[in-house]
Amino acid sequence: MAESAIRPTIIPGEIRVENVRKSYGAIHFRKEVVHNCSFTIERAKLTVMVGPSGCGKSTLIRLLAGFEQPTEGEILLDGVPVTEPSRDRLVVFQETALFPWMTTWQNILYGPRARGEVTRETLEFGEFLIHKVGLQEFRDKYPGQLSGGMQRRAELARAMINNPKVMILDEPFRGLDAMTKELMWEYYSRLYEENRRTNFFVTTDIDEGVFLADRMLVMSNIPTQVRAVIEVDLPRPRKLADLVESDRANDIKKQALSILHAEAMRSFSRGSKAAADFVDAYLKRASRA
Amino acid sequence: MRKFLSSPAFWRGALSIVVFLVLWELGARSKQWMAPEFFTPFKELLGAMGFKKDYLPWIGAVPAPSAVLKALLAVLGQHGYWQSWYMSLFRVMSGFIAAMIIGIPFGLALAVSRVAHGIGFPVFEVLRPIPPLAWVPASIIFWPTQELAITFITFLGAFYTIVINVLGGARSIDVRYFQAAQSMGSSHWDIFRRVILPGTLPSIVVGSAVGMGITWEVVVAAEMISGGGSQQAGVGGGLGFFIWNSYVGGSYEQIVVGMISIGIAGFVSSELLRWGGRYATPWLKAR
Repeated sequence: MAESAIRPTIIPGEIRVENVRKSYGAIHFRKEVVHNCSFTIERAKLTVMVGPSGCGKSTLIRLLAGFEQPTEGEILLDGVPVTEPSRDRLVVFQETALFPWMTTWQNILYGPRARGEVTRETLEFGEFLIHKVGLQEFRDKYPGQLSGGMQRRAELARAMINNPKVMILDEPFRGLDAMTKELMWEYYSRLYEENRRTNFFVTTDIDEGVFLADRMLVMSNIPTQVRAVIEVDLPRPRKLADLVESDRANDIKKQALSILHAEAMRSFSRGSKAAADFVDAYLKRASRA
Repeated sequence: MRKFLSSPAFWRGALSIVVFLVLWELGARSKQWMAPEFFTPFKELLGAMGFKKDYLPWIGAVPAPSAVLKALLAVLGQHGYWQSWYMSLFRVMSGFIAAMIIGIPFGLALAVSRVAHGIGFPVFEVLRPIPPLAWVPASIIFWPTQELAITFITFLGAFYTIVINVLGGARSIDVRYFQAAQSMGSSHWDIFRRVILPGTLPSIVVGSAVGMGITWEVVVAAEMISGGGSQQAGVGGGLGFFIWNSYVGGSYEQIVVGMISIGIAGFVSSELLRWGGRYATPWLKAR
């Protein structure tokens, strides 16, 4: 199967987040989760957002996906305000959100079937994708019968069949063991290198961020803001082995770490236990690197 | 099947049943075991508890399994016995099926619609704690025939359990499934059909299995209380009435036959439901 013949043309999108503010709770008990946050998810690039856990990244994702609306500010996809969930901005969730009652193949075809778009082309594209993620032998298995890594790959295929303008990935490899996780990094970056969609990847793991990103947004603790944007100009295709030895990669990692470190110290002085743990963990790692 | 017959689990189960039957047979035959003399040291205490001196619990008063078997064989050829089976089964099935037909959509509506929940749930919650058997007199008055009254009671037995399970099951579906479906362009109807329904199915199966157990408990009691709705004494009153009638008629072996029959009926119907449930939710066993 010639890939280009099957795959529909992909039109990557660009998301601009402008002065977004999100707070929860009634007037006197308001908690601001996202504070005056602005950034751009550039067209056809892989933007990684790293930040300490509990920093409001998941809230940002719900806003980007359109599950919730910002309290103030605007989110624009190619200049059009985001008001509701849409196939233009698909989310690959933490852990997995494959439907347990559907087989791999039924899961992958969920989107087209929901929109009544099951044509020969979509079926062929689905066929292409299930081969791409290496699950053709598991097409009639239920998610419960797949390993963690297989589930994530099935979920990538389920998102890709809809040709989203932007793929949003919310810590998609969380909960996988270290070995599988690293395999998934290589696998996912190969997928990205092949088709260059706009990808937005959220993680707490700096190594993951540096390995995958074209651009890396380093976030502050709650309320969420962008602290720094780092251009990750490492050559592609990337291999894990190369990255470990690359001085440039280590420089970027240290740069990101020092920002997160400063950020964590700042929250720590305000009494955040999570931030303190974060500092500890990363200081240990940095001294090893 | 052969594998099952040679498995330790099967032999342990078989041993348990055999030991139980042997002890029962011995106890019933000995006429000594647990006889009044055995309790003499505790006479004062037992007297205080209301036991008479010459009437203490005594397994010798219960018919032996061999006698029960004899009674069972005798009764197998009688039309009335099978008629009882048929009557009880018919009532359980019609009550249970009505409970499914009304309960599943009702539970789903409560889960899906805030308006339906607001209107329907308070009444449901007020009526739910009333035990089905408390409804017996009222429903005999309310329904035109006794048959309908008994069926209604069995319906109540299953209805509440099914509704509560469906509601809880639908409510506990992970919100990410809805978000994923919404993002991929699902309509409301599509989400209902392909996310909520299959997501609730395991709870529907569990609710039905539990509800089925309750219908058998309830139908027997309802038949005893209402006289089984039979015109001729002892014929066609259902298994509950069969037991009651045997008691009144002094045929103690038949009481046990009736009890065992209900045990078998409950077991078989629950097994059938579980089997159907496994068939309907293939993704659950596939782990």
